[in-house]
Amino acid sequence: MKLKITHETSYSYDTPVEALVQSLRLTPSVHEGQRVCEWHITVSSGQRGVAFRDGAGDWIEGWSVRGPVDTVTVSINGMIETRDTAGVLRGHRETVNPIVYLRDTPATKADEALIRLARSVKGDDALDLSHKLMAAVAEAITYTPGVTEASTSAAEALELGQGVCQDHAHALIACARECGLPARYVSGYLHTSVEGKPHDAAHAWAEIHVGSLGWVGFDAANACCPDERYVRLGSGYDAQDAAPVRGMAFGISVESLDVRVHVEEVQQEQ
Amino acid sequence: MSYNEMIESGEVRPPYAMLSDWVASMPAEMRQMKQAEAEALFRRIGITFAVYGEGGDPDRLIPFDMVPRVFMQSEWRKLERGIKQRARALNAFLRDVYSRGEIVRAGRIPARLVYENAAYEKAVVGFVPPRGVFSHIVGIDIVRTGRDDFYVLEDNCRTPSGVSYMLENREIMMRMFPGLFRNNRIEPVDQYPELLRRTLASVAPAKCEGAPTIVILTPGHFNSAYYEHSFLANLMGVELVEGSDLFVDGGFVYMRTTQGPKRVDVIYRRIDDPFLDPLCFRKDSMLGVPGLMDVYRSGGVSIASAPGAGVADDKAIYTFVPEMIRFYLGEEPLLQNVQTWTLWKDDDYKYVMANLKDLVVKEVHGSGGYGMLIGPKATKEEIAKFAELIKANPSNYIAQPTLALSTSPTFVAEGIAPRHVDLRPYCLCGDRVELVPGGLTRVALREGSLVVNSSQGGGVKDTWVLTE
Repeated sequence: MKLKITHETSYSYDTPVEALVQSLRLTPSVHEGQRVCEWHITVSSGQRGVAFRDGAGDWIEGWSVRGPVDTVTVSINGMIETRDTAGVLRGHRETVNPIVYLRDTPATKADEALIRLARSVKGDDALDLSHKLMAAVAEAITYTPGVTEASTSAAEALELGQGVCQDHAHALIACARECGLPARYVSGYLHTSVEGKPHDAAHAWAEIHVGSLGWVGFDAANACCPDERYVRLGSGYDAQDAAPVRGMAFGISVESLDVRVHVEEVQQEQ
Repeated sequence: MSYNEMIESGEVRPPYAMLSDWVASMPAEMRQMKQAEAEALFRRIGITFAVYGEGGDPDRLIPFDMVPRVFMQSEWRKLERGIKQRARALNAFLRDVYSRGEIVRAGRIPARLVYENAAYEKAVVGFVPPRGVFSHIVGIDIVRTGRDDFYVLEDNCRTPSGVSYMLENREIMMRMFPGLFRNNRIEPVDQYPELLRRTLASVAPAKCEGAPTIVILTPGHFNSAYYEHSFLANLMGVELVEGSDLFVDGGFVYMRTTQGPKRVDVIYRRIDDPFLDPLCFRKDSMLGVPGLMDVYRSGGVSIASAPGAGVADDKAIYTFVPEMIRFYLGEEPLLQNVQTWTLWKDDDYKYVMANLKDLVVKEVHGSGGYGMLIGPKATKEEIAKFAELIKANPSNYIAQPTLALSTSPTFVAEGIAPRHVDLRPYCLCGDRVELVPGGLTRVALREGSLVVNSSQGGGVKDTWVLTE
């Protein structure tokens, strides 16, 4: 599938800020499931400082903006060719030992309820167990936008029984780690054919390390493994660690954020 | 019986011969006068209480004992070789676990101990800092139990503090007793700041043009070791900065100065990893520099110690340092580890729980003499209470035998008496591995006490290494 992606993140400040520094994890890496045809990042009035691939295989760019400035827009324009690998992440260049992802964070710490949920499931092997954990999380947390926030933890989301893809991913990560399986948060894009649901395009899911297969994606929000509709941007312990954009503005100002993501399928030319 | 560093078989040992006469010939009034003078000097300098981040009242003076602790040249040579060997192995380990992890693959150290360690930084995996050095100042805590028996108690690979005491103790002794330094041939330690500056300059990043600009990054004046930060900056002739004095722009780190921004090449940081950069670690940190880690990881600035260096120095990893020395250097360790039981192993757990009254039990990540049990000094109730803590989380603890720390002569109310001591030397690692002949001697001032921490009745002494 060939996917055209446009992604704009705009920060507006009620009083101009002196400067802005950002760390962007906004470039898809190449692996068997995706090939980058074109990819452009621009930051309005910004200067690209550094660019490098980190140990987890994510491409990081550091940008700085010299103010005074009252609006900064990070724009992505790209074209990605994807392929269904049944969720298996193959050919992704990374050197971080998977055991590192057994460590929990405040957002992914398992409380008693999450531990109960994790232990309620039995699997024949790590892969089977992961599928069943995904199904259990999908059932325990109903997809409901607007009830949780960026700072909601896995435990809180499970208690609410409602949440969005971030909450599903956090809960699945917590359960997998509880079962001794390394798990991590993945941010990316999802192409949805249903019209009128633009918020679906920026997506997140979990990856679980299952023995010989290595990292496999599990999207509890849609109860499936990532296929050719998914574009993978980067990973981390949790949503904060895997965030596509991390930035800080210098100055006393109130920030407002506007995000627009659009993913559309481009028909292959004959 | 603990080893008395001054008197052996009723005789004064050679390194203390001169001092013994000096102590004996000092009248009590003179001693009190000098003690008051020393205290006044420390107060004027402003050197404050906290060593090793132990906390406590920042305005209290750490007690200074005027009787130096003395090593012979031959004793020091042996220590020096052992300390440098250890510092090399610790850096080799850090290089390894952030790249291929050969020591783990070889089955010489458990993977989970390394990769699940809270101090292991995923963010720097695959990055090799200049000259492959992660820990540029290695503080190694050493105790002595016999004439030739030295043991390493713990390693400090992050930002070991206390070196200002080593320098100040010497300075004050030289001011008060110049005669002692005329009549004894004592190795100097005052070259330390210059050696530290040189060491930091030697790890400047490849992108650095010309002479590297070095800064010391402090969390600020409310930090217990702030005095040391400003003291070192002053002696090294470098700027002391806080996070807000630095900023990232276009791939480099700059310092705000009255003449405009100045590029910074090497940051000797005295703030912990989680606070270094809110864009990489804790996003609520106000102490760090946003974007710093991106610049660091792309080779635009050096950070000492390197982020992630802490994985080499917790008490669980400690038990494997002799293994590191064999694995990376192909040598036998010159300094011994203290026998350590790790409570996550069943056999060790059983042994320790059955012998708590004879053992010292410590938290894996604890420091400053807190969160520990000294079995022989504890009451039955204290032991029972601690046993509950261990049961709740065994993997959080290690246990060691109670060591008979050596004693060094110390002024007490009645005159002079042996008191238990330890030693922290500061090994510098850059293009070379260097060690000034000396370190910080801490002394347990209470009779019979084995706790040298300043928060619990410990003091400090000048540490001498005699030339041949």
